[in-house]
Amino acid sequence: MPSPTSPLPSPGTLRRNQNATSLIYDKNIYRNNKNVSLSSLQFLIMEIVSQYMKNTNNILKIERKLNNLGYSIGLKYLNLISTKNNFINNITSNGKSNTSHRITKLIDFLHFISNDIWLSLFNKSSNGLEKSSDNEFQFMIIDNNPIISSFLSPTQEYNSLSIESFTAGIIEGILDTAYFQCEVSAHRVPIVNYPNKTIYLINLKQ
Amino acid sequence: MSKSVKSTKVKGGDKRLEQIGDDIWKNRTTKINNELFTMTYGSIVGQICREENYNYNKVNEILFNMGYNIGNRLIEEFLSISLIERCNNFKETAEVISKIGFRMFLNISPIISNWSIDEQTFQLTFEENPLAEFVELPDEYDEEEENNSSSNIKGNARGELWYSNILCGVLKGCLEMVQLECEVWFVSDVLRGDDNTSIKVKLISILRDEIPVGDD
Repeated sequence: MPSPTSPLPSPGTLRRNQNATSLIYDKNIYRNNKNVSLSSLQFLIMEIVSQYMKNTNNILKIERKLNNLGYSIGLKYLNLISTKNNFINNITSNGKSNTSHRITKLIDFLHFISNDIWLSLFNKSSNGLEKSSDNEFQFMIIDNNPIISSFLSPTQEYNSLSIESFTAGIIEGILDTAYFQCEVSAHRVPIVNYPNKTIYLINLKQ
Repeated sequence: MSKSVKSTKVKGGDKRLEQIGDDIWKNRTTKINNELFTMTYGSIVGQICREENYNYNKVNEILFNMGYNIGNRLIEEFLSISLIERCNNFKETAEVISKIGFRMFLNISPIISNWSIDEQTFQLTFEENPLAEFVELPDEYDEEEENNSSSNIKGNARGELWYSNILCGVLKGCLEMVQLECEVWFVSDVLRGDDNTSIKVKLISILRDEIPVGDD
């Protein structure tokens, strides 16, 4: 018997909540590859960067905000991809998942990011994962042609702005969710044929 | 209600546009993971909401303006890829927006319906919305919070926020670049608990290239 002070929500509230939520929970998260045009994403990023530029011309602040933007994606993305992985594996293994496991070793996890996560986010693998020679808590993921910034070029004034801070934020979010606390920054190192080559520097907290 | 309008309007022309849209989507666009796009838009909206202290009217306005700027640039890509000719009338424009425009950038084709008698206003209904997949807006604050005076800073997202308002801005920005001054606004959104997600587009006037005074 619900008393007036019952901690349970009243039936009225439940019904209201149902309208919006049931729609979401009924949906299948493992749908056939639904895609959108890359241009749409780039237009979106370009516009948010120019919004930032209106408010400040401090490059570090802009990069910080882009990083934050990516970070909140990273937090959710690991959950999503793990759920999906379990789902696929469970179908082929009589309800008992055989290959899906939680990766707890740092090196394995970094490989997981630079291959699997990269593949699901950007449809390609990264161009390398390297360990810093002078700091054992430093790692680098290298991408010769990062997708997000491939058609965006900041003006002369903002030449050093790295739009890939966004991707760095995603990596940081994913690593943080997996309990590897770190800071990730993106650095553009143009080389011949790859003007946008980017190194994502991962600084782990010791 | 939208079905009847649609079924009376199956002409050869529509099929042709559909094919063009199909072809562009399959062969001439670089595609990217839908989830990344959805989440990116989600965190952008979230960030704006926090920065504007949950003043959702302001957030709607910012999203619209962002869309407007995007639209001004996006039309160029649209025209250069689709190679579409000038539309003969506003009805055709609507078809092109749905069958080619939305298809090309978001891989959806909203349903066109509810034409006004003067053929200046139509409605786009979205069966799916890549911007708002798996999105849920916070419900109206419950009674406890309402009594609390400090809760006034937070507005009511489900009642005030047009989550995908950027789309209206994009449409307005695009149409203006092809000399069509329009008013574009959301009439309903499933995120608010409505039955469908719909945008209305109203043609205000056709802009002419202005000739400076005293120039013959």
